Amino acid sequence: MDTPTGGLVRSHCVGATAVVYASDYLNKLTGEKIERECRRQLSCGCRALVIDFSETKLVNSIGISILLGIIDVAEKCGARIVFSDVNNQTVELFEMLGLTRHVVLAKDEREALLNLSRYETTPVVH
Amino acid sequence: MEPSTQKLIHTFGALADLGQEIAGTGDFSEMVRTSMHLLLGTLALRRGAVMECVEAGPLRCAAIWGLGDHFLSGVEIDATQKTAFLKGETADFLVKNTDTSTGFMNQHRDQLVREGIELVLPMIVRGEVTGLILLGGKASGEEFSRDDFDTIRAMVRHIGVGIHTHRLLEQIAQRAEENRRLYDDLRAIYRDTVRAFAAAIDIKDKYTQGHSERVGKYSEIIAREMGWSEEEVEGIQIAGYLHDIGKLIVDRDIINAPYNIDAKNSSELNRHPSAGYEILAPIRHPYADIPLMAKHHHERLDGRGYPDGLTDEQIPMGAKIVSLADSFDAMTTDRPYRRRRSFEDVVRDLRENSGKQFDSKVVAAFARAILKEVTGETKDRRITKLLGKGYLEGEHVATLLQDLITDLDSTQKARSAS
Ligand SMILES: [Fe+2]
Repeated sequence: MDTPTGGLVRSHCVGATAVVYASDYLNKLTGEKIERECRRQLSCGCRALVIDFSETKLVNSIGISILLGIIDVAEKCGARIVFSDVNNQTVELFEMLGLTRHVVLAKDEREALLNLSRYETTPVVH
Repeated sequence: MEPSTQKLIHTFGALADLGQEIAGTGDFSEMVRTSMHLLLGTLALRRGAVMECVEAGPLRCAAIWGLGDHFLSGVEIDATQKTAFLKGETADFLVKNTDTSTGFMNQHRDQLVREGIELVLPMIVRGEVTGLILLGGKASGEEFSRDDFDTIRAMVRHIGVGIHTHRLLEQIAQRAEENRRLYDDLRAIYRDTVRAFAAAIDIKDKYTQGHSERVGKYSEIIAREMGWSEEEVEGIQIAGYLHDIGKLIVDRDIINAPYNIDAKNSSELNRHPSAGYEILAPIRHPYADIPLMAKHHHERLDGRGYPDGLTDEQIPMGAKIVSLADSFDAMTTDRPYRRRRSFEDVVRDLRENSGKQFDSKVVAAFARAILKEVTGETKDRRITKLLGKGYLEGEHVATLLQDLITDLDSTQKARSAS
């Protein structure tokens, strides 16, 4: 079941993978909520993150900075991270800025989960 | 879209957001944090920090991202290092450049490299280093280009000015707060001085000790009941304290023998309102019209008062209030030559003299304030305390006051109708 946290961020878990849904405009307010949710999921034992951008139309500079922060935290935890359903304009932005060097892009959530299942590890239970 | 166009749009959006953030009046630390994110996100830099220079002390971390909480904690920047930053060129701000002329970089290179910092830029405002912005490498892994440097330096300049402006505004707000406190202190000192004066006036007249203080308090109560602002209420309280200050220059024997003074001495005593005005007028009081209230507290509505024989509209409202408070206290306190009058008697006097000696609006307001205490509508028992135990007791007191208020109101209505 989806869990809305902090009023805006929806998320749910598939095994040891957390799927977090980004909102339509990724700025400071929404970005920080997503970051908090990702941190929460990682601290709960998730070994992989999927951030779903299907509803996201625009990502601004602050959004980029916060996404890099999430990538950083995931790397430090040894967790894998996939961005799914990113629109063309945002894919171009991520490529231009080099975010795609650190994350895998997937067409949709299903493909993201499939991609991660190849690296499935045993979930850590706290 | 061409990557260069996309980059331009992305950078331009960040600059616009940064301008808006810096011009905002929001929380300071939030402003710095957002500005830092905007800078990092423009070029996709993975970590960064904004450090402020503090006079004689270590750098203060204003915002940090992707670095340990204790990053550069306790690190100071000295005058020589600041000068080197002021003179530095772009190449000098690169951590990897070991030929750099900035001593700060040479001193802390190990830690900076360990934490992934690649660039340290000074924030410069009006030719002074006000802080440093430390930046990690690009997520793309590419080197910083000339364009990147231009963008970074423009944004750092913006952030530097933003921080400086916010700090200045903080200082101004702090000064304003200090001034306000100082002003409050001055007002308190002024009030204490005035009360001391009032006591000095009353000491001169041995039979009316505490009179000025009571007149101050009654005046304050009446003015508040009449809907005056707090500032005006404070002012009239002061006027009440000082209304008889002119007596300081009247012979003590005349003041103390009011029951058998001759015409000459009477005119000497009647000089005290004008004398009071002369004493008070040159003083810059924090409230308006205090000298005038002292000058006219013995005027009557019918023009038979002194010193100027003013009539109704010509008498300032404050003087009318002080006048009633003064007479009320005279009637309700014992004098050497007579006992104080009963409350019934006092109410009769007020009724008879309303419109002649006293303004009926002022009398009605005072009666309402007393009635509120008598009926318990107000918890405040100030008038009761001033009058002493038992004076306002008895069921007839409320009736007397109620009748007085009704009569004064109907007279007032009849007058305004005609
Ligand atoms: Fe007087």
